[in-house]
Amino acid sequence: MGIHRISLTINGDFHQVDVPSNMTLLQMLREKLALTGTKNGCMAGECGACTVILNGEPVNSCMVLAAECDGSDVITIEGLAKNGRLDPLQEAIIAHSGVQCGFCTPGIIISARALLDRNPSPSLEDVKEALVGNLCRCTGYHSIFSAILEVAQSQHK
Amino acid sequence: MVLEKHDLKTASSPIGKSVPRVDAYEKVTGSAVFADDIQFGPALLYARIKRSPLPHALIKRIDVSKARQLPGVKAVVTGQDFPGYIGLYLQDRHIFCRDRVRYVGDPVAGVAAITEEIAEKALELIEVEYEPLPAVFDPEYGASPEAPLIHPDLGQYKVAPFIFPKPGTNISNHFKIRKGDVDAAWKDCAAIVERVYRIPHVQHVPLEPHIAVAKVDEKGHVTLWGSSQSPFAQRNLIAMALGKSQSDVQVIAPYVGGGFGCKAGVTMEALAVAIASKVPGHPVKLRLTREEEFHTAFVRQGVVLHIKMGCDRNGKLLAMENRFYWDGGAYTEYGVNVTRAAGYSSSGPYEIPNIKTDSYCVYTNHPVGGPMRGFGHPEIHAGIEQCIDELAHEIGMNPVEIRRINCLKENSILVTGGKMHKTGLLECIDKVAKAIDWGTKTTPREPNKRRGKGIAAMWKAPAMPPNAGSSAVVKLTEDGKVIVEVGGQEIGQGSFTVAAQIAAAALGVPFEWVRVAGPVDTKYSPYEWQTVASRITWSMGNAIIAAASDARKQILELVAQAWNENVEDLDIVDGNVISYKSEESRSLKDLVIYGLPRPDGKGWMGGPIVGRGSFMPTYITGLDPETGQGERAVVHYTTGAQAVEVEVDMDTGRVTVLRAVAAFDVGRAINPDAVKAQMEGGMIQGISTALFESLRLKDGIPQNSSFVDYRIATSTDVPLELETIIVEVPQDDGPWGARGVGEHAMVPTIPAIANAIYDAIGIRVSEPPFTSEKVYLAMQEAGLVP
Repeated sequence: MGIHRISLTINGDFHQVDVPSNMTLLQMLREKLALTGTKNGCMAGECGACTVILNGEPVNSCMVLAAECDGSDVITIEGLAKNGRLDPLQEAIIAHSGVQCGFCTPGIIISARALLDRNPSPSLEDVKEALVGNLCRCTGYHSIFSAILEVAQSQHK
Repeated sequence: MVLEKHDLKTASSPIGKSVPRVDAYEKVTGSAVFADDIQFGPALLYARIKRSPLPHALIKRIDVSKARQLPGVKAVVTGQDFPGYIGLYLQDRHIFCRDRVRYVGDPVAGVAAITEEIAEKALELIEVEYEPLPAVFDPEYGASPEAPLIHPDLGQYKVAPFIFPKPGTNISNHFKIRKGDVDAAWKDCAAIVERVYRIPHVQHVPLEPHIAVAKVDEKGHVTLWGSSQSPFAQRNLIAMALGKSQSDVQVIAPYVGGGFGCKAGVTMEALAVAIASKVPGHPVKLRLTREEEFHTAFVRQGVVLHIKMGCDRNGKLLAMENRFYWDGGAYTEYGVNVTRAAGYSSSGPYEIPNIKTDSYCVYTNHPVGGPMRGFGHPEIHAGIEQCIDELAHEIGMNPVEIRRINCLKENSILVTGGKMHKTGLLECIDKVAKAIDWGTKTTPREPNKRRGKGIAAMWKAPAMPPNAGSSAVVKLTEDGKVIVEVGGQEIGQGSFTVAAQIAAAALGVPFEWVRVAGPVDTKYSPYEWQTVASRITWSMGNAIIAAASDARKQILELVAQAWNENVEDLDIVDGNVISYKSEESRSLKDLVIYGLPRPDGKGWMGGPIVGRGSFMPTYITGLDPETGQGERAVVHYTTGAQAVEVEVDMDTGRVTVLRAVAAFDVGRAINPDAVKAQMEGGMIQGISTALFESLRLKDGIPQNSSFVDYRIATSTDVPLELETIIVEVPQDDGPWGARGVGEHAMVPTIPAIANAIYDAIGIRVSEPPFTSEKVYLAMQEAGLVP
């Protein structure tokens, strides 16, 4: 099996990593770099727990080979809070009781961040659509919708 | 729990306030540590499990020699290495199968290797020769004398005193209620409904699959890191199965990424420990794949319900007869108690003078049934709450009214013979009926749609041994802040937040001063039976009050001596000891670690403050095994109701829940937002089981063990309107009156939706899930659609 040396930016930091051909981006983040905020829920691109922003787009990192990410820009959940200040989405999720077990939470916040980055004024339907690939078994989603819509509205003030 | 003077003051108390969760910051930033996030370094090995492809067979031969020779393989184990039995209420399983496999997925061998890929490859090199046996896939057939025996040794298994196996059959528990004279009562009934409901297997679907990492040292001491609702039960059961002292098994349990019951007791953790015992010093990680998660940990067992219910012409329930055949699966070590608990509640939340129940736990060659949120109650309520609806329609009564008349009130006689405590059930029924605008019809959005409303009520008690206990430790830091040690687990329900609120209020410090000591670690944390049964706020909460009261007593006695005052005149408010008499005040930080100088200046008094507290119910009397009657069957009941409005698409059969309303009597909401979060999340999980979920089993082989094939509710399935209503009728022995609500939130959802579908289209689809296909075919059969 080949080993590839790749260079990429993760949460603004430059990294050089040696990855086997079959290693996924998810495995690289968790096992090579100990960035364990990104979660592994199914290894099949079906649950959204491993969502990261890759070159501006939300992706299931379990479905992307690490070797393909040479030269990429990746944002994970660890990269949202800046200088100890939470992203408004993180604050709103807390305020709206949108966290329970917390396992899907990083993926949901990343998907929501990607949504607001491309559409600052989403409708409820837009929010639901953006999160359809992020399964949550605890919250029932409702509180998460409220949190995201509140952030969208406050961004316009 | 008797509360002391300070508890009655509420000005600065965090009780009843929606403080933010103590674990929220970690969870939104990705820094919260789950079991798979712990770093173990290069000595880590990976385990995989060889599983049975057959539902029922004898193992004739296992050859692991080729697997052992594969480079990178460090250990291969089989059942021959581990003769001990394991199980919570009925010790009916080995860690690995020894002579027989009983379901598709039963573990027959385990491998530890330097990578997951090598471990997986080694599985293919293990040769197993089976002799297939006739199998059982239906619980009613399984309970019959013709069925092949799945556990010929049932009579020799160790069993809890309140479980009644029938050796020589596949019935691993038979729970009975014999109350009044059912046979005589039918003739007084103006209406009788007799129905059969088949409730399918469903799976808990935590987003975090099961994971365990085990390490065994050269002396045989075990360390187990896992996603666990039951670190102490795991310590106990694994120690017993491996012949070890409980003191030599340490279970460390970080945050749980969703449990819902499937991470209670022991499922796959003992496999990791057994494998690790062959590679001393190496941590061994076993992580279930999503496919394994669907059918090799616990599932919610299927059940066939035979329910007959009768009422007089005024709607008063007179008689009920139940036969429940639970599809317990291959091992029922935990599932037997689900069938007992369902029997305890088999009247539904109603007073019925004559009732006969037989609840049978039946071995089948299906996945292992275990605890799931609601513990048998969503299943039985799915039938009971449709039956009572049908009775109402038969006698021309409003479905809300028949529930109002019959629902349990204070001093109602329970199905198990005792008396009901104070309850807000009637208030819950009235509030959800009002919130859903009961009695009014709304107009569908389109002509090909029909709308209907449905209601269902519920009750449930914590299902546990009579003497399940909790304990807690409250200690203080140099700056007067507080650390609470608990053994109850944070599985998403908010237990750590509530623990901090209770400790703060009981001690007299601001909520922000309290830290909860996690992760739970059986070596350092105080004992907790299990984080199940919606019992933690109540039971662990009482232990925390006891521990905080103990710490408080030590503090106040010290200060009383220093100030030459009476303890009765002193209090702790906002982190300061104050005297109501002398109006002195002193900060906790001045005295909780280093004590205080003696008044005469000669030496010191006091010392580090450590409060300890325990709680265990002492009043459960047990039931007569023949009649199921007794003085006090359970600790208490949480009651509630839900109402929904649905829309049925006549072109497709698709059911959409437009509005959903829940009201539960939680005694006292320690954290109202957390209570509402449970009510909301539980209701969506209930909607998901009502509309989408069923683990399909064909000849024992799971057909849909993936997220694509096993659909759970997504963001697009959430009703536009959700309303949650907190009712508070205090529990006499709950912390500030609190009782649990975690499970209850999904108990009445299936029947509420079924009743609403009936209201919309006049058809009862008796077997959930109410998928588009099933509803459409039912409409076709009824001639509603071509």
